[in-house]
Amino acid sequence: MKIYRSMVLISSDPKSMLYGAEEVFQRFQKEIEDRGLQDEVQVSMVGDLGRHEVHPIVIVYPEAVLYGPVKVENVPQIVEEHLYKGRIVPELQLSAQELSGRIAWLTARKGTLPAEQRIVLERAGVIDPANIEDYILHDGYAALGKVLTSMKPEEVIAEVQKSGLKGRGGAGFPTGLKWSFVAKAPGTKKYVICNADESEPGTFKDRVILEGDPHAILEAMAIAGYAVGADEGYIYVRGEYALAQERLAIAIAQAKEYGFLGKNIFGTEFNFEIHVHSGAGAYICGEETALIESIEGKRGEPRARPPYPTTHGLWGKPTLVNNVETLANIPPILRNGAEWYRKFGTPSSPGTKVYTILGNVNNTGLIEVPMGITLREVIAIYGRGMKNGRTFKLAQTGGSSGSVIPASLQDTPMDFESYNKAGVSLGSGALLICDEDTCVVDLAKVLMNFFRRESCGKCTPCRIGTYRAYQILQRISEGQGVLKDLDELLSLSENLVNLSNCGLGQTAATPIKDILKYFRAEVEAHIRLGVCPTGVCTMLPEKTPQET
Amino acid sequence: MSNEQPNGKNILEIVRHAVEVHGKTREELIPILQEINRQYGFIPSQGLEEVARLLQIPKSQVFSVATFYHMLNVKEMGRHIILFCESAPCHVVGGREVWRRLKQELKIDAGETTPDKKWSLVTVSCLGVCGVGPVIVIDEDMYGNVTPEMIPDILARYN
Ligand SMILES: Cc1cc2nc3c(=O)[nH]c(=O)nc-3n(C[C@H](O)[C@H](O)[C@H](O)COP(=O)(O)O)c2cc1C
Ligand code: SF4
Ligand code: FES
Repeated sequence: MKIYRSMVLISSDPKSMLYGAEEVFQRFQKEIEDRGLQDEVQVSMVGDLGRHEVHPIVIVYPEAVLYGPVKVENVPQIVEEHLYKGRIVPELQLSAQELSGRIAWLTARKGTLPAEQRIVLERAGVIDPANIEDYILHDGYAALGKVLTSMKPEEVIAEVQKSGLKGRGGAGFPTGLKWSFVAKAPGTKKYVICNADESEPGTFKDRVILEGDPHAILEAMAIAGYAVGADEGYIYVRGEYALAQERLAIAIAQAKEYGFLGKNIFGTEFNFEIHVHSGAGAYICGEETALIESIEGKRGEPRARPPYPTTHGLWGKPTLVNNVETLANIPPILRNGAEWYRKFGTPSSPGTKVYTILGNVNNTGLIEVPMGITLREVIAIYGRGMKNGRTFKLAQTGGSSGSVIPASLQDTPMDFESYNKAGVSLGSGALLICDEDTCVVDLAKVLMNFFRRESCGKCTPCRIGTYRAYQILQRISEGQGVLKDLDELLSLSENLVNLSNCGLGQTAATPIKDILKYFRAEVEAHIRLGVCPTGVCTMLPEKTPQET
Repeated sequence: MSNEQPNGKNILEIVRHAVEVHGKTREELIPILQEINRQYGFIPSQGLEEVARLLQIPKSQVFSVATFYHMLNVKEMGRHIILFCESAPCHVVGGREVWRRLKQELKIDAGETTPDKKWSLVTVSCLGVCGVGPVIVIDEDMYGNVTPEMIPDILARYN
């Protein structure tokens, strides 16, 4: 394996690609070769670096210098000055102002900026995701080796249970417990599925993991397979995530070549194959039984449960379904032990959580921090405060089906237990921060439009209920609402919760219920006074969007 | 209906090729449809029938799968497809104004195609790049931090 003196990493999220990341990459290669540095400097395209206002970003290690936005014309100067002569180019560096708490190497900058705690994003943006040796150099496949050669399957499950890891896909179900269900399920043919559908609005954490560190998911799935007794896995990736799919395909081929996937892994009896399956655009396919239907080549309509996938999953066989972020926690837990893992986060919710911060804050993007920090801290430290000096009005946590919380809940620790107690869902970890110019009726309407269009339509309460709720909200925003509408919204919400077949319908009304709980006066103002206090609603009739 | 696209692609050939590449199993139905959609721009009913015949799946099921997924089109689309993200995170940072401007420039509504078949305007849920909202995607190009003023310039890049 080659050791390089310097590494140049170029961001390659979709936006960076659009702004010429590929050309920058090629130019770096050319300039480096022209100077005969190709054995000393490695250039790689990495995934999404979690920064969303500078494109593309270039990081040069070992100094961990950030340049950006880098244009093709800037490359010769960086190569000449920094890589050849060892002098950083200050005028191309990202200004200190633009540095925030969101990129992989921030722990190295302790003291000047608040450090994140990176466990699952430890390598994303640090290694070359298309190079398995880079992954191995950063502890990659060490956990799989340890597990296969020194632990029994039940010991692996016990360790995961001891770690206290809870699912990061939305519901927060204890991971070790789910593994034990699949392990105990009768039958010899079992499957592991990685749920990489990630279509919850506001969520792109799984994409960052898949693009930046694809081997971590393969390693985790192989460990899971060994623990539950499965020899085959599927990664169901959202159709729009082309780069992630490409990276996974490369990673799988490399892992096979190195004997980390396939037959007799690490010289043991254990065999494991992984297939990548692309979604085709349907939010509901993130629901685990709909996902399974979709892999089987059908419409992604959720199955009735029970039976659960843990006993009757893919092709009727016991199946483990885990979220990408959940799986990314597995190798570090098995490498370092459950005790180590429990040092992070809170006693009931150990570990870290990856959040996406969006909306009216100065910095949008992605962070990984210990469980239990508060929304106020997230906004102030990582969001660098509200944009344009505005006031915080509300946040929606956990994507479209998540909770809407007012300022009074800003100090509730963000962990499963505290949020449950406060009646708030943490969901997928999307944090949509809204200022005083956000109208709650408008927001509810946009959210309900989402559910209306994404409902799979299989059961009536959800299909009709979401549409009906959307129409009522639209009427209110057009100044045609009556007070009775609010009662109807509440009873519709009850029906959605109680009569829907799956999680989509059951949670669709969460934001409406929260808005009526915390911001009822504002909704009533639309109805009683015929005005939108924030001036957002037109109070004019609008065309109902047609079904698309 | 003719089985040729203006660009000379033949739908039956595309279907047969896709089936050959992926294999004739039910599990491959969606990947096959995706491939046809990519090659032909949409999946005409003739194409769906051919898939049903080759895979020996009832036609109704092939049609029902094809209409379920947003990334599969069963009707002819414009030369350029504009995807507009209408989810809350993009909306909150100014998506509404961008949407109004888009409709105003193109003079069509969601799900419609311009009479000259140049543009199709499609609303979609989150595209997973919310950090740079509002977001639109034209064909394969993604535009983030879009403002209404940028719309005419962006549209002018396509012919
Ligand atoms: C409508 C709906 C959409 C969902 N979308 C996703 C998704 O995109 N990704 C995901 O991991 N889980 C999603 N889930 C949750 C999954 O059904 C399942 O609980 C999860 O993948 C389990 O993994 P975990 O235990 O690791 O969290 C969704 C659930 C519902 C009801
Ligand atoms: S609740 Fe909605 S999404 Fe879920 S099965 Fe019923 S109709 Fe489909
Ligand atoms: S909300 Fe628009 S891309 Fe995610």
